Amino acid sequence: MSWMTLSLTLLFVFIPLLLSKTLNLGLERDTMVAALRSTIQLIAVGFVLKFVFDSEHPIFIILMVLLMIVAAVQNARHKGKAIKGITWKLFVTFVAIEVLTQTVLLGLHIVPATAQYIISLSGMVIGNSMVLAILFLNRFTAEVEAHRDESELILSLGGTPKQSINRQLLKSIQASMIPTIESQKTIGLVQLPGMMSGQIIAGADPIQAVQFQLLVVFLLLATAAMTSVLLGFLSYRSLFTERMQLLKIDLD
Amino acid sequence: MNQENGDIVSPSPAIRLDGVSYRANHTDIIKKVSGQFPTGNITALIGPSGAGKTTLLKLCNGLISPVQGGIYIEGKRIEEQSPLSVRRHVGIVLQSSPMIQGTVQANLALPLQLRGKTLSEEQAIATMERVGLPTSLLTRDARELSGGQKQKVSIARTLLNESKILLLDEITASLDPSSLQEIEDLIVKLKDTEKITIVWITHNLEQANRIGEYFWVMVDGQLREVGTKEEIYASEDEDVKRFVKGVLS
Ligand SMILES: Nc1ncnc2c1ncn2[C@@H]1O[C@H](COP(=O)(O)OP(=O)(O)OP(=O)(O)O)[C@@H](O)[C@H]1O
Ligand SMILES: [Mg+2]
Repeated sequence: MSWMTLSLTLLFVFIPLLLSKTLNLGLERDTMVAALRSTIQLIAVGFVLKFVFDSEHPIFIILMVLLMIVAAVQNARHKGKAIKGITWKLFVTFVAIEVLTQTVLLGLHIVPATAQYIISLSGMVIGNSMVLAILFLNRFTAEVEAHRDESELILSLGGTPKQSINRQLLKSIQASMIPTIESQKTIGLVQLPGMMSGQIIAGADPIQAVQFQLLVVFLLLATAAMTSVLLGFLSYRSLFTERMQLLKIDLD
Repeated sequence: MNQENGDIVSPSPAIRLDGVSYRANHTDIIKKVSGQFPTGNITALIGPSGAGKTTLLKLCNGLISPVQGGIYIEGKRIEEQSPLSVRRHVGIVLQSSPMIQGTVQANLALPLQLRGKTLSEEQAIATMERVGLPTSLLTRDARELSGGQKQKVSIARTLLNESKILLLDEITASLDPSSLQEIEDLIVKLKDTEKITIVWITHNLEQANRIGEYFWVMVDGQLREVGTKEEIYASEDEDVKRFVKGVLS
């Protein structure tokens, strides 16, 4: 594809703009920002990746992964601003998941240890983890606030902070994982996953593309579970004071 | 304020407050309250809506902490004890009778469950009878109970913690006259037989009159008057006079 033909695809951006305008959806600004940001970010990433792949130096791979993690933390932390130390809690969660998944992938020689594999798989893992973190934090803070009186009751009877929000914690972990599980259930039937489509378009053997996609499916299921559980257990305690009192949560 | 509290003031009160203040959202809710709840007595805590009565009980149970001053449970500063043991020792029946999701039985079992124990069938039945609820309600969804039934479950639930000090926040507000009588009798009996100290918030001044041995009158976050019925009745404070208006007699 040439840059010229790519610019023709901008036509697709006009459709939501037009719809938003006529139906008063008020999404013009966000649509433009989304289109502009994705263009700039992706082109920049393209050049960076080209450089990293060409150099094949581990330090650049690590830096690249770290950059992804920092960006993911940056994105997710607003949703958890009620939780003290959410920035480093997200950072720890993403790093732990990245280390764990890469250890399995590279340790068992499931994929070759090249920049191409490490970076693309890390991107998917961290991206999915970020979405999960946002879903979880949104739900968790809302659940805790909605069931304040129950938590207060449990605390008043001499229950621990954990006991007082256990139900909300589990419910939020569960709810945040549902979209990942549901979308995996219909994968291949309703939509071909982006990466597989990409590989097929690029001329790969469909069976190979499927094998690789399956790896990704399992990887994402694992990261979904790990993100919510890890983040949940890292963060619930900061909703309480040292004297085990439930703090007020500012929902925006 | 009347400094002569008669002989009811014990040398070792169940709870003592010393210059306690509480603030939320930049407003003073409790203002420098000093006083005590005598051991083994029923203190009736009265005062107009918004006076800070509920807030005061939550301070004593450790659900919130004062911004200033000290609270002493049986002589020991609250901060020197673990929040869990304070809350079990100083039980509270909350004004809104919150129910956890599940059956009445699950709600009654809650205090035991929190300590890794279970509530036996016989205990559950005995507890229901104690507060005058039919045992057929045990399997019902607790959130579908009537206001009065919830209050009774809420009382029974806190009693299962076997606290030595009991804080009761408007526990009979939705009860019919005969249930109200039953609950009053139950609490008075608890106090007499088990020497439990009771602090009882009520808007019903006739009830305060019946059950109160010692009185606290709060107005606008301040403790305006304490003492026996006669001492409250003789108060010089205009707000207190207006509030009790001849009911305590
Ligand atoms: N967490 C809080 N944040 C802000 N204001 C609060 C908070 N808790 C209580 N208040 C305010 O403090 C005041 C006292 O409340 P409290 O519930 O203690 O009164 P009360 O004497 O129990 O009233 P009632 O008899 O109606 O139950 C009220 O004006 C209330 O709005
Ligand atoms: Mg109240």
